Amino acid sequence: MTTAPLPELPEMPTARPAGRPFAPPEELAAVRPLARIPLADGSPGWLVTGFAAARAVTSDPRFSNRMELQRLVLPRAGMPDRMPPAPPGMFLQTDPPEHTRYRRLLAGRFTVRRMRLLTEGVERTVAEHLDAMERAGGTADLVAAYAQPIPALVICEILGVPTEDHDRFQENTRAFNDPAATAEEMGRAMQELAGYLRDLVNAKRAAPTDDILSELTDSDLTEEELVNVATLLLGAGLDTTANMIALGTYALLRHPDQLAVMRDDPEAVDGGVEELMRYLSIAHTGQRAALEDVELEGHMVKEGDIVALSMAAANRDPERFPDPDRLDLRREAPGHIGFGHGVHQCLGQQLARVEMRAAFPALLRRFPDLRLAVPEEEVPLRSDSDIYGVDRLPVAWGPEGAGR
Amino acid sequence: MRISADRDRCIGAGMCVLTAADLFDQDEEEGLVLVRDGAPGADREKDVLRAARLCPSGALSVTRDA
Repeated sequence: MTTAPLPELPEMPTARPAGRPFAPPEELAAVRPLARIPLADGSPGWLVTGFAAARAVTSDPRFSNRMELQRLVLPRAGMPDRMPPAPPGMFLQTDPPEHTRYRRLLAGRFTVRRMRLLTEGVERTVAEHLDAMERAGGTADLVAAYAQPIPALVICEILGVPTEDHDRFQENTRAFNDPAATAEEMGRAMQELAGYLRDLVNAKRAAPTDDILSELTDSDLTEEELVNVATLLLGAGLDTTANMIALGTYALLRHPDQLAVMRDDPEAVDGGVEELMRYLSIAHTGQRAALEDVELEGHMVKEGDIVALSMAAANRDPERFPDPDRLDLRREAPGHIGFGHGVHQCLGQQLARVEMRAAFPALLRRFPDLRLAVPEEEVPLRSDSDIYGVDRLPVAWGPEGAGR
Repeated sequence: MRISADRDRCIGAGMCVLTAADLFDQDEEEGLVLVRDGAPGADREKDVLRAARLCPSGALSVTRDA
């Protein structure tokens, strides 16, 4: 163990460098792989910015994800510093063995093979939205017209939300993505969604159909667990993929050579999606609580300490990814931790891959001259969100001035 | 080269199948790893080691032939 002092930051950095919307906060690169930061309550915490260290922490069972052991890294309006244990079914904020029970119930529903079977349906949904954009004329907000509805429809299909409820469901979930929504509106939207899902769970129990919720009603999960699992799947699957599609498109628009690779080289699509995941790291931060004293990068993390993780910084660690700030779709970038690592690695990642692999190339092939319809500084960035992205992405295609 | 998979550790993320679908599969029930070919030829070493490295739960181990 070393006793050399670690660099210390005055707080967890969140501001992206001016004019570089895809780069993590600049302070992070200077403190790799490990630094000290004060937590929201002023007590000392740790910050992991190195790739190897982030993998080590997320795959070590001595670092817990239990909700009641966490403390806020950054102050948050309306959020207490300490939270109660996760309600039954919200298994992301639990550890094995509680976590294992839910993960096992679900992992079989999200296998590589099962998700690949959805490819055709996803491609159809993608094409329908491109048709609608084309019909509407030469401009659109890509978030509302494409990035949001596609994952929403796909998850509806998988969970078993009936077609006639799609509008209500989309309306329900829109509030979560609305940056202007107040805490009260969010709370109301959450309650409405939970109410809707409760009705749906009971409907599936009475008359099962071919979908995940119906399958789960066959398990030993209680109604409360089922509703919470469904809420978690939605929360994890909607906003994330939507932001990847929109922010990924924005990144490609800012890197025309890379856009051309995604558009023109089918062989480069799969690897290109992984590179976008690495480069954008939209789920940019995480945290764990030490269950006992653990040595990390030569320093002793004490039992109860909070370790904040910057996935965004880790995915740009030059020791793992040479020239990390360059977007290079032909880079072999498997092993990024854009989906996390360890037992909590994204359950829906194979679905997200199917969606992204369909959405990026189809969009760029349909509108080969796709471009931003506003100056770059007018693209609203989700700087304060747990999931980074853009709130709107006004785009245009076709002859200049057409469709306006 | 021999591959062994610890299904108790596996969380069904599918990284192994994504890396080498001819060597790995997932069961339909819990999504846990199934090794389709536990003794692939030396020409598959790169994929096998990559699958083991990418596994989020450390469920795969690889031993080289003596």
